[in-house]
Amino acid sequence: MIVSLAEMAPGQTGMVVSLEGGHGRMRRLAAMGLHRGAAVTKTSTQPFRGPISVQVGNTEVAMGFGLARRVMVEVPG
Amino acid sequence: MKRILLMGNPNVGKSVVFSRLTGVDVIVSNYPGTTVEFIKGRMKLGDEAAELIDVPGTYTLGPTTSAEQVATDMMAEGDVIINVVDATNLERNLNLTLQLLNAGKPVIVALNMWDSAQHKGIQIDLVKLEKRLGVPVVATVAPSGEGISQLVARLDEATTGSIPFDEEQRWSVLGGIVEEVQTVTRRHHTFLERLADLSLKPETGIPLAIVAGLVAFALIRLIGEGLIGLVFDPLFDHLWLPVVSGLSAILQPGTFWHELLIGRLIDAQIDWVESMGLLTTGLYVPLAMVLPYIFAFYLVLGLVEDIGYLPRLGVLVDTIMHRLGMHGLSVIPMLLGLGCNIPGVLATRILETRRQRFRAALLMSICVPCMAQLAVIVALLGPYGVRGLAPLFVMLAVLWAVLSLGFKYLLPGETPEMFTEIPPYRTPYLPAVAQKLWMRVRQFIREAVPFVLLGVGLVNILYVLNVIQVLGRWLEPVLTSVLGLPPEAVGALLIGFLRKDVAVGMLAPLGLSVKQLIIACVMLTIYFPCVATFAVLLREFGLRRMAKAALLMTVVALGVGGLLNLIL
Repeated sequence: MIVSLAEMAPGQTGMVVSLEGGHGRMRRLAAMGLHRGAAVTKTSTQPFRGPISVQVGNTEVAMGFGLARRVMVEVPG
Repeated sequence: MKRILLMGNPNVGKSVVFSRLTGVDVIVSNYPGTTVEFIKGRMKLGDEAAELIDVPGTYTLGPTTSAEQVATDMMAEGDVIINVVDATNLERNLNLTLQLLNAGKPVIVALNMWDSAQHKGIQIDLVKLEKRLGVPVVATVAPSGEGISQLVARLDEATTGSIPFDEEQRWSVLGGIVEEVQTVTRRHHTFLERLADLSLKPETGIPLAIVAGLVAFALIRLIGEGLIGLVFDPLFDHLWLPVVSGLSAILQPGTFWHELLIGRLIDAQIDWVESMGLLTTGLYVPLAMVLPYIFAFYLVLGLVEDIGYLPRLGVLVDTIMHRLGMHGLSVIPMLLGLGCNIPGVLATRILETRRQRFRAALLMSICVPCMAQLAVIVALLGPYGVRGLAPLFVMLAVLWAVLSLGFKYLLPGETPEMFTEIPPYRTPYLPAVAQKLWMRVRQFIREAVPFVLLGVGLVNILYVLNVIQVLGRWLEPVLTSVLGLPPEAVGALLIGFLRKDVAVGMLAPLGLSVKQLIIACVMLTIYFPCVATFAVLLREFGLRRMAKAALLMTVVALGVGGLLNLIL
């Protein structure tokens, strides 16, 4: 099943399949380790569409809800 | 002279390596973006001197953000690059390494945080990595200095290397290198990792943030008051008082030199706060009232910074902050501004857009009193307890929120979404905490004390020349009818341009009521930043913007002061 990072539940793990958005944004996401094929685990969500955080490799990254909706992830089930 | 650049991702310890190599002290903390401007230093390379430049951290080269642009421009100027790499985040860090290699400058890699990597069960084969990259790789633990001498010894081995690949294959090439050189042993989550998770999840993170705030506040007050009561007051009362009393008897009260050095006697006694002499108030305010709080504040802040808590706080408050048109990470400049507004202004550089930085810097310089000012405010209003302090803090907080909303419309512009690395919690390395504290305290003593003395001297001269009295008569209509303050308060407002702590202290002898004290303290906080802060604001944002800002501050200050006069 493919969902966005925003829709993933905390604790869930998946693999990044695509990044939507402009070139600059994709480069920035990739530079933090969020590139296609990377394994990510969602670590937290904030209420009212606040920022979310994910663990990728040994890095924890926080990003706004809007940005998280543009990172598509393949999750089991 | 050879120019060596220190480059790497944010928060990998470049600044620690820098101070190890040059002996120059720099502020280091556990969050990305601590170094906001280039810092240059000299180091010895064998017999010759070389220049070392600490370049602010960047994830990639290229024009994506202004920080990256700056780093890219900087590269052209360097002869050798020391690429500091976080051994616990090899793939992401090597991404930059590949770009540096392909830029054609000689590179040497410092594989830093080697000890943390081992704690995390990460083993890296140095020989293989060196072979794969084609440039020297040295394992380092910057805080303890491990590997630093080896880094220096191998600096002239730095070479150009190149790993050609298609942009499409970048991450598979990197993944391949990492797989080849790194083995990870699984292990249990540590206490710090669990605490890190808990402080980011809102249901546990928000209570934790409140507790942390209260504990920090209580600690600062406990340490500050403790130092004043147990150390500084006794020092002044038992050691310094006999000296200045003797001098007072020699100079004779009423003479010019007595007025300047000792000041006025209150009930035939020297009063540390009210006398206003260079050797009495001029020393007592900065050293015995403010310094203890500066020490306490920066001790607590340093620990919080080095643990790595601040970015998490930024995430927790981001939702609310965005409603107010602010970025969550602007809590960092706000908190730093509480120590001194100048580092607060500089810390706004962690924000992406100029407009964001300007908004945050203005809000901070209007609504956030610095610790020097707060210490004297607490001394004056503290005795009235909650009745004295609560209206002041509530008013400043409300003003902060109202102004943020106002700026959202006055200075419109997109507030970029949060996108930041959250560093792991680290146990603060105590020698580094102590060193940072000492740097900040020393800076206060060096830069603030002369200004305080200048302020106190100026007060005396302005009184002698009748300037304050005349100005007081001129401004009496505004002061009395709008703000409910006596004309004498004009002296404090005048000196507030120079030093806020002296200005607040000048309110002490005026015999003000609690209400008047609150109004005067709020006015002193918001009507204008001190001259040193204003100079930094000017440098960062230019004359045109700051002229408008100054007008805004005056209007807001009169409005808020008038409002308080009506409702209190």
